[in-house]
Amino acid sequence: METIIENELVKDLANKHGRTRESLIPILQDLVVRNRFLSKQDMVDVARELDISAADVFGTATFYTFLDTEVRGKYIIRICKTISCAMKGKNDILSTIEDILKIKLGETSSDRKFSLLEANCIGWCHKAPAMLINDTPYTELTPEKVTEVLRDYIRK
Amino acid sequence: MSDKHVKRVDLIFEKVECRDILKEIMNIEADAICQEVLDSDLKGRGGAGFPTGMKWRFASQEKDPIKYIVCNADEGEPGTFKDREILDQVPGKVFCGMAIAAKAVGAKYGYVYLRGEYKFLIPMLNEELAKFHQIMDEFNHNFRIEIRLGSGAYICGEESALFESIEGKRGEPRNKPPYPTTSGLFGKPTVINNVETLVHSVMIMKYGAAHFKELGTKDSRGSKVFSVSGDTPKAGIFELELGMSVNEFVEEFGDGDTKAVQVGGASGFCVPRKRFEETIIGFEGVPTGGSMKLFNSTRSMYNVLHNYLDFFTEESCGQCTPCRVGCQQLLKGVEAVKRGEKNSKYLDELVKLAKTMKRASKCGLGQSVGNAFGSIVENFTEEIIY
Repeated sequence: METIIENELVKDLANKHGRTRESLIPILQDLVVRNRFLSKQDMVDVARELDISAADVFGTATFYTFLDTEVRGKYIIRICKTISCAMKGKNDILSTIEDILKIKLGETSSDRKFSLLEANCIGWCHKAPAMLINDTPYTELTPEKVTEVLRDYIRK
Repeated sequence: MSDKHVKRVDLIFEKVECRDILKEIMNIEADAICQEVLDSDLKGRGGAGFPTGMKWRFASQEKDPIKYIVCNADEGEPGTFKDREILDQVPGKVFCGMAIAAKAVGAKYGYVYLRGEYKFLIPMLNEELAKFHQIMDEFNHNFRIEIRLGSGAYICGEESALFESIEGKRGEPRNKPPYPTTSGLFGKPTVINNVETLVHSVMIMKYGAAHFKELGTKDSRGSKVFSVSGDTPKAGIFELELGMSVNEFVEEFGDGDTKAVQVGGASGFCVPRKRFEETIIGFEGVPTGGSMKLFNSTRSMYNVLHNYLDFFTEESCGQCTPCRVGCQQLLKGVEAVKRGEKNSKYLDELVKLAKTMKRASKCGLGQSVGNAFGSIVENFTEEIIY
């Protein structure tokens, strides 16, 4: 018989948010806060905890851009690529970050500290170009400013 | 030169004492609240423009003992960022608006669905929410609000997709009817209003419907918060009287070289310079949830269109074929025309496809892709081809 290894984190989150279907997304969101992404095992464990099928959990998670199912770094950088930011030099910001972190768009650094992604409009068009690092917005970016911002994160 | 000027208003961001407003409102009959909002002719400020008072009245007439008030703070339309500012500056007024709606329809529970990109607001909002709940207790009013976060899906701003998301599912829009006022969140009668709409309802209850109607036009009453971005020296958030022409707007916000204004975001309309004078910003002309993007003559409208189509292709939920396949084909199509693989006549085929999407798509996303597509292709054909 297969032995089930208790997933304490998933259990705690289910205790916190509840075990009904409407608790699913808050649980997945908190898992992403903790681990930066959703592992297959975590999704299976959530399904078991909520007594729903793993396919439902996977189907729901993969619908939402911020519920990543691929390994991500501790700091997820999302650069806005929508029109205002694109017009105001988003590509310069992107290449500056690629140079500093030595990763390309879509990649995660080998030490799993940074992931570099693009996002659709994040709501800072009047202060374009803009990006999010995890939940924190950075706006009116220039190559100099983004270099400064990243320096702080690299030291963390 | 036009003798009219863009009129700035300060209602939404006016600091008011919510406790005083709520104290008064808790003594007003539910029906009188619906009537006041109806009389104001307030239309939804999220973009669709449904009369708010009618929504409230429909929900109030439902017999179900469980009803919900939902605040749509999933502000995802490209170029819109006013709801964040409202939540940041006057969060108490947003909750107050939800309490007024709750009183009007007889709801005991409300949700704020905040887009994940604005998660940084949560600690402040929770503090304000605690204060709000204290006021509710003080007046013995049984109404509670919970904040739920989105996770980066534009489609969840569509009301029924938003309900699905709160219910813990994929954010796929439902068929309509039934409409939310009869069967919304958890299948219960639900009022779902945009952040700004709720704050307007507070000011209507404070100053009266007549005061609200002093501003704007017959079809577009009151003021509106605009998010201004693109090629402008004055990017930012401005509350303006409705009913101005695009020309008046450009005189105020343009950089002197404006060739087009995208009104209403990626799902809105592109207005070229030759139509600035005749086009009214409001429900009688081009409606907007607030997004106003200015483009000057240095910008390629092909790049603008490509950016929007890329956006829709990614954000289409994929549930219905016209939208899923249509978005992909429009994007591929303009790329092929640009590369010269298809001749310019092919654009006519693509415009037909966009029209089919408008008729056949299940929700507002697929239905409105053709707005930007048609208006950009029609007015800037050369820029798309060459």
